[in-house]
Amino acid sequence: MSNHKGLNFTLKVWRQKNAAAKGEFKEYPVTNVSPDSSFLEMLDIMNEDLLHKGEDPVYFDHDCREGICGMCSLFINGRPHGPGEEITVCQLHMREFNSQDGGVITIEPWRAAAFPVIKDLVVDRTAFDRIQQAGGYVSINTGGIPDANAIPIPKEIADKAMDAATCIGCGACVAACKNASAMLFVSAKVSQFSLLPQGQAEKSRRVLAMVNQMDEEGFGACTNTGACEAECPKGVSLENIARMNRDYFGAALSTEH
Amino acid sequence: MSWVKQTLNSTLGQKVIMSLTGLFLVTFLIVHLIGNLQILKADGGDAFNVYAAFMSTNGLIHAVSYGMYAAIIAHVVYAITLTLRNKKARPVSYAVQDAKANSSWASRSMMLLGSMILVFLVLHLVHFWAKYKMGWIAYDFKMVTIEGVQYRDIASLVIETFKDPIAVGIYVLGLIGLGFHLNHGFQSAFQTLGLNHKSYNNFIKGFGAIFSIVMAVLYAVMPLYVFFS
Ligand code: HEM
Ligand code: SF4
Ligand code: FES
Repeated sequence: MSNHKGLNFTLKVWRQKNAAAKGEFKEYPVTNVSPDSSFLEMLDIMNEDLLHKGEDPVYFDHDCREGICGMCSLFINGRPHGPGEEITVCQLHMREFNSQDGGVITIEPWRAAAFPVIKDLVVDRTAFDRIQQAGGYVSINTGGIPDANAIPIPKEIADKAMDAATCIGCGACVAACKNASAMLFVSAKVSQFSLLPQGQAEKSRRVLAMVNQMDEEGFGACTNTGACEAECPKGVSLENIARMNRDYFGAALSTEH
Repeated sequence: MSWVKQTLNSTLGQKVIMSLTGLFLVTFLIVHLIGNLQILKADGGDAFNVYAAFMSTNGLIHAVSYGMYAAIIAHVVYAITLTLRNKKARPVSYAVQDAKANSSWASRSMMLLGSMILVFLVLHLVHFWAKYKMGWIAYDFKMVTIEGVQYRDIASLVIETFKDPIAVGIYVLGLIGLGFHLNHGFQSAFQTLGLNHKSYNNFIKGFGAIFSIVMAVLYAVMPLYVFFS
């Protein structure tokens, strides 16, 4: 048991009935919050209060609650996934927040034309799925596990592919970017394949299709501000965007695909 | 044609145009600066006048200057296109945004900084280019003879122009804009082209940071020197 005293906060939460409704901020006080509770647990407590009062609880996305699924997606006090580096909202704790001066915490949904609000803090991120469906796969059946060393891959390359593959598709990169650009996500999904021999056969076709779909969904272009990399919970690197650019221009200039 | 259109209308294609035209403009900045600094020579403006005549009559320079006009127009047109496209991608802005936690001010203000350059640029073209090179604005140049050849005395037009505090103020503001624009833009252009490697990233970033300051300061020297001398 923690012997900390409970903290008090005022939550300013975006409420919106449905995609078509005009939303607004509503204020909810939360009291006696344990500093060790996670941000999502704090929201659960607030929602129980709302249910007791017969009010509609605040809708927000979540699933694994251990930083691996990418569902949680809140813009907290001006930053995606709130304060702290390389964490998701479910990994954020209430001790990170200042409870002085009313302890106001502003909670907004991801804002992007390609991520329309469904309800309250829940946004529709199926645009990411459609980008994946456009080419984020290997078409052939890869069969069983090959013998060790049957496909030689240098360690550094394998590491880079793994780093790209850690992307959980949360959309914080889009949320952070002033252009609501999806470059970091798409470049991670392009890189995890294009770095590896199994993915190279369809490298050109893949990058053209995925970038095309990304543009079609209405994500913005890249100004290289680096906000995505700074806010990505998995530390996906801007190097992936440079690689995607190279792959894209290489593919656009060649006919072998 | 549709391939060209699709590639150049994609987010990545439009950015490559920004990057290539931006870097082309950078090379122009270097050449132009070398000429400017001639006015600091204490020879009554002779070196500057000879240089200006060379720049406006040499065939090769003439051809390159048309490329330059195209580059600046393309850069501005695509700057506006991209800025509108990017605004459209985020139609509802955040009530609270802590942008400084994840990005630099210059990187988020490229259109504002570019507009500062543009205001300066238009004024600059009216001051000199439209009078000296194009002859669109009538101006009665004094003639000077240097080593037996007659030259139009643009040095004295420069001195006359930079005695006006408002003009000098707009120039200096434009150059501050240029410094910040390049501070982000120089390294950004390489990332856009896919040139990102840990062996040279630090060099490009460091060079760009120093280059942007040196450019802004050296360009500001000319109007400030004339104004205060
Ligand atoms: C001598 C003049 C100029 C130079 C040397 C220059 C150079 C550059 C460079 C190198 C970039 C980076 C390209 C990239 O990120 O790949 C850039 C970006 C940009 N420039 Fe300029 N520029 C100049 C004038 C202007 C003007 C007059 C405007 C607008 C009116 C402008 C607007 C922009 C914008 C908006 C961007 C960022 C585009 C984006 O990434 O979203 N620039 N510039
Ligand atoms: S790149 Fe990072 S921020 Fe973007 S979706 Fe993947 S994990 Fe989230
Ligand atoms: S709920 Fe799965 S990452 Fe946060």
